[in-house]
Amino acid sequence: MLGFIIQRFIQAVLVMAVMSVIVFFGVYAIGNPIDIVIPPDATQEIRAEAIRRLGLDRPLYEQYYYFITNLLQGDLGRSFVYNMPVLELIGGRLPATLELVLISVISATFLGVSLGIYAGYRPDSWVSKTIMAVSVLGFSVPSFWVGLILILFFAVNLGWLPAGGRGETVEIWGVAWSFPTLNGLSHIVLPAINLALFKLAMMIRLARAGTREIMLTDTIKFARAAGLSESTILRRHLLKLISIPIITVFGLELGSTLAFAVVTETIFSWPGVGKLIIDSIGVLDRPVMVAYLILVAFLFVSINFVIDLLFALIDPRVRQGAVA
Amino acid sequence: MTEPVLFVDNLKTHFFTRAGVVKAVDGVSFELAKGEIMGLVGESGSGKTVTGFSLLGLVDAPGRIVEGSVRLNGTELTTLSGAALRSRRGREISMIFQDPIATLNPMLTIGQQMKMAIDAHERLSDRAAKARSAEMLTQVGIPSAAARLRAYPHEFSGGMRQRVAIAIALLHRPSVIVADEPTTALDVSIQAQILYQMRDLAAETGTAMIWISHDLAVVSSLASKLAVMYAGRIVEQGPTATLLRDPRHPYTAGLIASLPATAKPGTPLTQIPGTTPSLLSLPPGCPFAPRCANSADACNEDPQMTVKDQRGWRCFNPVGRNAEVSA
Repeated sequence: MLGFIIQRFIQAVLVMAVMSVIVFFGVYAIGNPIDIVIPPDATQEIRAEAIRRLGLDRPLYEQYYYFITNLLQGDLGRSFVYNMPVLELIGGRLPATLELVLISVISATFLGVSLGIYAGYRPDSWVSKTIMAVSVLGFSVPSFWVGLILILFFAVNLGWLPAGGRGETVEIWGVAWSFPTLNGLSHIVLPAINLALFKLAMMIRLARAGTREIMLTDTIKFARAAGLSESTILRRHLLKLISIPIITVFGLELGSTLAFAVVTETIFSWPGVGKLIIDSIGVLDRPVMVAYLILVAFLFVSINFVIDLLFALIDPRVRQGAVA
Repeated sequence: MTEPVLFVDNLKTHFFTRAGVVKAVDGVSFELAKGEIMGLVGESGSGKTVTGFSLLGLVDAPGRIVEGSVRLNGTELTTLSGAALRSRRGREISMIFQDPIATLNPMLTIGQQMKMAIDAHERLSDRAAKARSAEMLTQVGIPSAAARLRAYPHEFSGGMRQRVAIAIALLHRPSVIVADEPTTALDVSIQAQILYQMRDLAAETGTAMIWISHDLAVVSSLASKLAVMYAGRIVEQGPTATLLRDPRHPYTAGLIASLPATAKPGTPLTQIPGTTPSLLSLPPGCPFAPRCANSADACNEDPQMTVKDQRGWRCFNPVGRNAEVSA
């Protein structure tokens, strides 16, 4: 087990190293931030001074060297635009995204897996057919449109829920959170539903496919022949046997939603990181872009690392290095 | 003669598919005394396995038992509710399958899986459950059983895995075990070991067994009586020795003739011409007639079971010594 963890950890470090190179050089290949940072009518001296101050006169490998040494000391640089440490900038926005995404992905997973198991267990009932029809909608209807409709219906017409913003927040560990207050929670509901729909549909399909496949296997027949009740079979056998793909997709979805919840955040004026990165790309704020992408890569690597550990915890064959 | 533990009468299990009704089991009758081992033999698709599942009430949709009776220890199973049937599965009748890799859950330890099978019918403390499981594993020939309870299925060899499955099926000492080709996927040497162990266990515990197999040679060394299935029905049944020595039904005779042991070395094996008919389009009358050398006009009618001296056959033109034509 320890060997497994070390091996995965080394892999994670390597991926991060490669990602830092790709991100850094990739971002530096596009545009010239100087044109945006200083006014067009600036003199040559001011221009040269700005280039020097931002370190843009250095050769690229040297810039990368500074970037990496600073990064390893926990310094991701300063934003060209806001002139404040990038980490502070992102850190101030991250909790908003984090709470929204966690609530939506986790509830989508629990609800989706339950519905999917039902649909797979009773494929011919009309309830299952309804579930599957709804899941097709969840896949095919564009997210921004659903967001607008949600606002129009629940916020404008019915007036039940607020249309945007974070509402009341509470400080925990020096960070503002919305979810502990009723008002804040009411602000999360609509964007969370908006984010969750696609994931819900995917979890339903995944759980249903797994259930249909597993229910036909000899493992289930043998369990039934031993007199196990259907609820025991579902809870103890089925749930474990379909868990691997579900955990994989859960991890990937969690990562990509954290990184790219931008559409929903924009529609519901949710002050998260998605909004920040889009603005930064618009003004070519390189430090923010690079830092953000590095953080996203770090997020994915960490999530994958945790998922690998979960696999090992769940599946003895992975843990013991047998055929995976 | 004591009351048989299992009594099956005119059992019919049909599958209602889009292409039509598949009569997978079509009028099967037999009975099984305490501790008796019956071999259920036939080609693939002859309805052996579906017969087994029907006995446990585990036929998957679109199939269902449409007619007939299954009486286990005096209780009619076909009319029982789901819960009542479930409480009998594993306790009074259980089943083991061909592929032990597929039957055990790879993500649970042997101990956990045995505990689940115990919990299905009894309230036992963890300790008592462990003791019972270890004892059962020892009985089926697994060394250092108590320690092996913590092992996962992939840590066992194929033969050992099948022993674990057998141990789970035997946990509650059922009256009947349906064994669906449990040794087909194993090495020949291990096959023999398990075969004899099962025979001894059945004798010890008084468990009756239905041994489903396509391999006449395997079954004949184990079972005291045989039932030969063809196209969903039993075409011949009787004591193993008599049936092998002197088959009546041409299909049984064909099966025996195609055994490698009966062929002279170096000569090709005898085959039954043709293939198993599709259950969707059975010929009227005797389903074996198109492949039968003895078929006559009478065979356009469905032959009924002719019963004589503990044995029976469904054929108008039986073969073998002292064969009498009975119509």
